[in-house]
Amino acid sequence: MMDVGRHPKVELMTFSEVESITGFVGNFNVRVRQKARYVDASECTICAECAEVCPVAIPDAYQQGFSSRKAIYLPFPQAVPSAYVLDMENCLGNNPIACGKCAEVCEKKCIDYDDQDKFVDLEVGVIIAATGMDVYDPTAYDEYGYTRYENVITSMEFERLICAGGPTDGHFIRPSDRKAPQSIGFIQCVGSRSRDGRGNPYCSNICCMNTVKDTLLLCDHYPGIATKVFYMDIRAFGKGFEDLYMRSREEGVRYIRGIPGTVVENPENGNLVLTVENTTTGQLEEHELEMLVLSQGVIPRRDGDQIKHLLTLSTTSDGFIMESHPKLKPVDAPTKGVFIAGCMESPKDVKDSVTQAGAAAARASILLNAGKTRIEAITSQINSELCNFCGICAKVCPYNAILAPDRKAKKAPIIIQAACAGCGACAAECPQDAIGMRHFTNDQIMAQVDAILAVEPQKHLVTFACNWCSYAGGDNAGTARLQYPTSCRLIRTMCSGRVDEKFIMRAFRMGAPMVLVSGCHFADCHYISAVRWTQKRMDRIWSKLDRLGIRDDRLRLEWISAAEGQKFAKVMRELEDKVKSVTKEEIEFTMKVLAEEEAKAQEKKAKRQLEVTVL
Amino acid sequence: MAEELQKPSDLRIGVFVCECGLNIAGTIDCAAVSKYAETLDDVVAVVQNKYTCADPGQNEIKKAIAAHKLNRVVVASCTPKIHEPTFRQCVADAGLNPYLFEMVNIREQCSWVHQNEKELATEKAKDLVRSGVARARVLEPQTEAEVPVTKAALVIGGGVAGIQAALDLADGGHQVYLVEKEPTIGGIMAALDKTYPTMDCSI
Repeated sequence: MMDVGRHPKVELMTFSEVESITGFVGNFNVRVRQKARYVDASECTICAECAEVCPVAIPDAYQQGFSSRKAIYLPFPQAVPSAYVLDMENCLGNNPIACGKCAEVCEKKCIDYDDQDKFVDLEVGVIIAATGMDVYDPTAYDEYGYTRYENVITSMEFERLICAGGPTDGHFIRPSDRKAPQSIGFIQCVGSRSRDGRGNPYCSNICCMNTVKDTLLLCDHYPGIATKVFYMDIRAFGKGFEDLYMRSREEGVRYIRGIPGTVVENPENGNLVLTVENTTTGQLEEHELEMLVLSQGVIPRRDGDQIKHLLTLSTTSDGFIMESHPKLKPVDAPTKGVFIAGCMESPKDVKDSVTQAGAAAARASILLNAGKTRIEAITSQINSELCNFCGICAKVCPYNAILAPDRKAKKAPIIIQAACAGCGACAAECPQDAIGMRHFTNDQIMAQVDAILAVEPQKHLVTFACNWCSYAGGDNAGTARLQYPTSCRLIRTMCSGRVDEKFIMRAFRMGAPMVLVSGCHFADCHYISAVRWTQKRMDRIWSKLDRLGIRDDRLRLEWISAAEGQKFAKVMRELEDKVKSVTKEEIEFTMKVLAEEEAKAQEKKAKRQLEVTVL
Repeated sequence: MAEELQKPSDLRIGVFVCECGLNIAGTIDCAAVSKYAETLDDVVAVVQNKYTCADPGQNEIKKAIAAHKLNRVVVASCTPKIHEPTFRQCVADAGLNPYLFEMVNIREQCSWVHQNEKELATEKAKDLVRSGVARARVLEPQTEAEVPVTKAALVIGGGVAGIQAALDLADGGHQVYLVEKEPTIGGIMAALDKTYPTMDCSI
């Protein structure tokens, strides 16, 4: 921690949050809010005089609420930067007449009640996100009595009670009577591997070994203490882990395979009575213990949505951030130039976090060392001759990459190539067909539609899937070997926002029984908000189909994320019945109506062109 | 339309059907797909490989580009998310613009999900190849823009992972901005007493 604090190449910005990120690989513009600390960190000598005179005492979150801190405080002795911070929410010094004691005693005069948030703008080429995790709150497991019994604590609380720097100076005592317990139990998988909805279905990875570690600490500090661990499996899979587990067993720690059903406090002595089915012996057992530790699981950060939106990241079904590829690009985010490390990606221990961080740094270094990178040629281009200066393109662009046209001056919009991310929403919305996407042109997509429907069109489910989520969701179904019917014929676009009304109508006109448009969930859209235009457009097309007498449920919209292989397969199975439900007459009628529509539209267009020529 | 359909008079398309060991060939009749590909307009060469992505497979592509003067390449294999960059590089090495390459996914979205419907899966693979070839006909060469990379990094989060990433980048000589929400770095790690398997101090 100190190394990074004093490294000449690292600018440490604590008590700061990223407000906005714009730009693209190699060229990100970042705005950081440096929250008011009210203490000049460079001047503070941590003499502690301010805290001594501060009259406010509140629970110390670092010590898990076992002790108190002042409104002006040092988070913990080894904090970096080594400086006090003023918690303005709890400070009385907002009004110096009310208090102001700390400022009075501060010899360095580094306390400033009028300090304000500052904004700092940074230009960076790469971003590594490592925003970490939260721990599971065991309140939902009411049978363990966490909220009722003082002597039931969590594993994070255990850490503070056993730590020499903790509230009890490392003397391990139980909260109810401050006596050293002679017996202690651990319950594993609290909030993990849960199928009843109270916890998470995944394994939190670290809790087994954390408990093994805790039992060894207890054996070391308090020889003779009776320790029991209630578990479903002990997962000691890492290097050196099995040794540690065996050592714990050899020290006399009892491992009992079974998760307790109830915990009841003995009101006389504050002890806890656990009832558990020992699945090794098949016996129902009771264990009276002086203290109980709930081995709480790891959860994604509760405030994780913010970083997801800033970096257009997606999550896997467990809520952790999804990597670009689970095997081949485990630390790359799907957004180029962004890398991920640590527990935001999945629950992991210190060693794995360090390993992954090193990998992320190495991947980021490739770009930094090269000094340049290539951008995929999938951006949008405008044909100004066809433009009628309506300005819709500029309105729909999620990246503000299109400078609005000037109707009076008859100046077509300008597309900033470096800012365009290639979603194609502008091309799909342009009423004049004046915008084309490189490598995803109308002609290319229409050619695919036509080719798919050239043979036995009535059997095919024409599917448009966005590159990032739905196409990847389809891949995910494949990787998991989820079986579904064969009618799907898929066309990949970068974003579902690219799917033009023309493509859908063409598919129906060519005899498709069903069309599916599939994209990212709103929160996961890799093009900020382009997917919202998909929704609006689909609403429009449904109305049109309705008007034309075509069943609107033959056009389906589904949001499928990259992690939702199950959903992809389910939708395919569901739509198979739909495909079969569309009759030959219906298809013929549709083809006829749409052919007439097309003829009408062409007539109109020719007329308009004629008028223009005459004028 | 901005891009007029300009069909070059001398389209020469090569189709490469990958067996991916038995991953594809176990379900799909790759020989039938290859034979079908030969019947498609403008297709002048069809090659079936055990593993198209491996060096011998890539060499086949390069050889065919030279021998048949191919100006479009279609590979029917796995998801483009894995090997599109591989094959783009491969055709570029053989002198073809990488955007004249098209990939058809007959593994993740065909053979792996229709394992019990071999005939229908083969028909689907043919349709997908036909669609890929149709798209290939109207592909256009593209030039990728090269952009500079600002020589600085942002690390968001000052826990053990963020600290390590920042240190590694900084030790490599790069400017790093380490942004942490809390008043101190350290994250969850700093609240731990000891860490396994070394049983040493966390801070």
